[in-house]
Amino acid sequence: MTLLLSLPVAMPLAGAALAVLAWRHRRLQRAIAVATLGATLVLAVVLAVTVERDGIQTTQVGGWPAPIGITLVADLFAALMLVIGLATVLAVLVFAIGQPGSDDDAPAFHPVYLVMTTGIVASFLTGDLFNLFVAFEITLTASYVLITLGGRREQVRTGMTYVVINLLASLLFLMALAFVYAATGTVNMADLVGRLGVLDPDLRLALSLLLFVVFGIKAAVFPLFFWLPDSYPTARAPVTAVFAGLLTKVGVYAIVRTQTLLFGEDRPSTLLLVVAGLTMIIGVLGAIAQDDMKRILSFHIISQIGYMILGVGLFTVAGLAGAVLFIVHQIPVKASLFLVGGIVEHSAGSTALSKVGGLVRRIPFAAGLFGLAALSLAGLPPFSGFVGKLALVEAGFSAEEYPIVAVSLVGSLLTLFSMVKIWNGVFWGIPEEPTPELLATPGRLHTPLLMNVSAAALVTLTVAIALFAGPLYDLCERAANDLLDPSAYVQAVLP
Amino acid sequence: MSLTLALVVAGLVAGGVFLVLQRELTRIVLGFALLGHGANLLLLLAGGRAGRAAFIEGDGPTGGEVDPLPQALALTSIVITFAATTLLLALAYRSWEQRGSDEVEDDLEDRRIARLRDETDADLEELTDVLADLEGDTGPGDGVADVHGELRP
Repeated sequence: MTLLLSLPVAMPLAGAALAVLAWRHRRLQRAIAVATLGATLVLAVVLAVTVERDGIQTTQVGGWPAPIGITLVADLFAALMLVIGLATVLAVLVFAIGQPGSDDDAPAFHPVYLVMTTGIVASFLTGDLFNLFVAFEITLTASYVLITLGGRREQVRTGMTYVVINLLASLLFLMALAFVYAATGTVNMADLVGRLGVLDPDLRLALSLLLFVVFGIKAAVFPLFFWLPDSYPTARAPVTAVFAGLLTKVGVYAIVRTQTLLFGEDRPSTLLLVVAGLTMIIGVLGAIAQDDMKRILSFHIISQIGYMILGVGLFTVAGLAGAVLFIVHQIPVKASLFLVGGIVEHSAGSTALSKVGGLVRRIPFAAGLFGLAALSLAGLPPFSGFVGKLALVEAGFSAEEYPIVAVSLVGSLLTLFSMVKIWNGVFWGIPEEPTPELLATPGRLHTPLLMNVSAAALVTLTVAIALFAGPLYDLCERAANDLLDPSAYVQAVLP
Repeated sequence: MSLTLALVVAGLVAGGVFLVLQRELTRIVLGFALLGHGANLLLLLAGGRAGRAAFIEGDGPTGGEVDPLPQALALTSIVITFAATTLLLALAYRSWEQRGSDEVEDDLEDRRIARLRDETDADLEELTDVLADLEGDTGPGDGVADVHGELRP
């Protein structure tokens, strides 16, 4: 099964190289990018089916045996993330191609986008803490380029904050790795499971907290989120969508992986639950205070991260299953909301609530998509967010952690409120100070087909998640079982 | 020996943190260079005590050599830090091209939202003043005083 694990990492990288060769031929670049990502997605689905049938898959790149070699591992959690992540990456790429005058025009866009995909895939599949660092760096370096692509003044300003914060987190990660290596003499995750277990509990706690802070910065949990709402909205719509959908979730993935595999506990962690509650509430309150659609949505990224941390913090199978399901639902929902934001900006020239309004007549299809995705985000039945939140709330009840359940329900209500705020401001009503675009061509406007199609594809994916919630939850439960009992993982990597 | 190295790491990190907290991007770049060196030295320290043989001689390892893996890790991280530094310098140059400085600016939207809050506070204060005047006109003991009591923050 060597190729099945290494090809998803290698193919986007090879595609990036080809796209660099096709520098001046935009059509060729587009074809390469779509073909590569499509093929990688197919491989990811095959991998997921294999993992579901035959259990955890591993390979040693280069043939060196486990603690020394470069280990790639796919368990059910990684495979699920891979499939949903690649589907979202592909849909956003189609949107970028369809959007006139977007980043897709820059010859650097496609190669860098593919490199970023490589990093995301590698972070899901790696079985080695240092390679996780390398995969993060690949993703982040590509994202530095994407967020400042075009080099507009506003982008340079926010790009600085984004780069500096992430670089600081990376160096902290590196120092954490040095401490982990000094304490245990290995960075292979399966090898670490045994060696961390025999460490002094205080030292173990210090390492666990250091890694939590590192990944907390990347995942934007309270109180390390301040960089996110400032930097994300200034990039163009496709870039923001893929960042919002995936980059923070890669951080959450790393939190889940390290907190369960390496520092697993058998009772709820008060620290994680408090952080989760504060992240939910502060994030959503921040969203309510904003009056720009993209900024409201950016604060919601933070708020939703809290729900994922809640599931992890319970340290029960039900909690983790809920967290996995919630992450799987959140990736396409968040990306689709930002894509609709892109359509709004394309048709009205702005996303500020005071400058646009009444767009339900102008872009009815996108308005419908927003409605579906927003209700799903707020967690109203029968949409996918409801299923995810229901799983988390039930897990909270069975772990008897009532305060955090109450906080999460209040957070949901406030989420609904701010979604209604966007709906009233953008799709209904009359703009206070309309943009020139709105004044010049009132009435219905044609949106480029590919933009609508890709946003619709993501919304369809979320509806599918809600429809097949039962079987999907069973899968998530199995993934959670594997996460909480690392013996199968260790057995697969170190036979 | 290791204590000296540990002190050097502490010095590098302290200097790095100080520089990263500055507002000019060129200083931040220098800060990251220091922090990067600190992290790399820390990795080397993780490989064992200083002063052991760096190479394997003759028939194979005797157990007295320094652990080679952290050195490989440090090599990788040096390359990554180098790339990131280049990118930061490019950003600093672009910022200098556009504005004539490389200072990190405030978030304008954030400022606007904060100003809105200040305005609301000011409005509330004004309202309280007006109510206080009203109270002065009509004297205490009637309905206005109750409203006033409710409104005062």
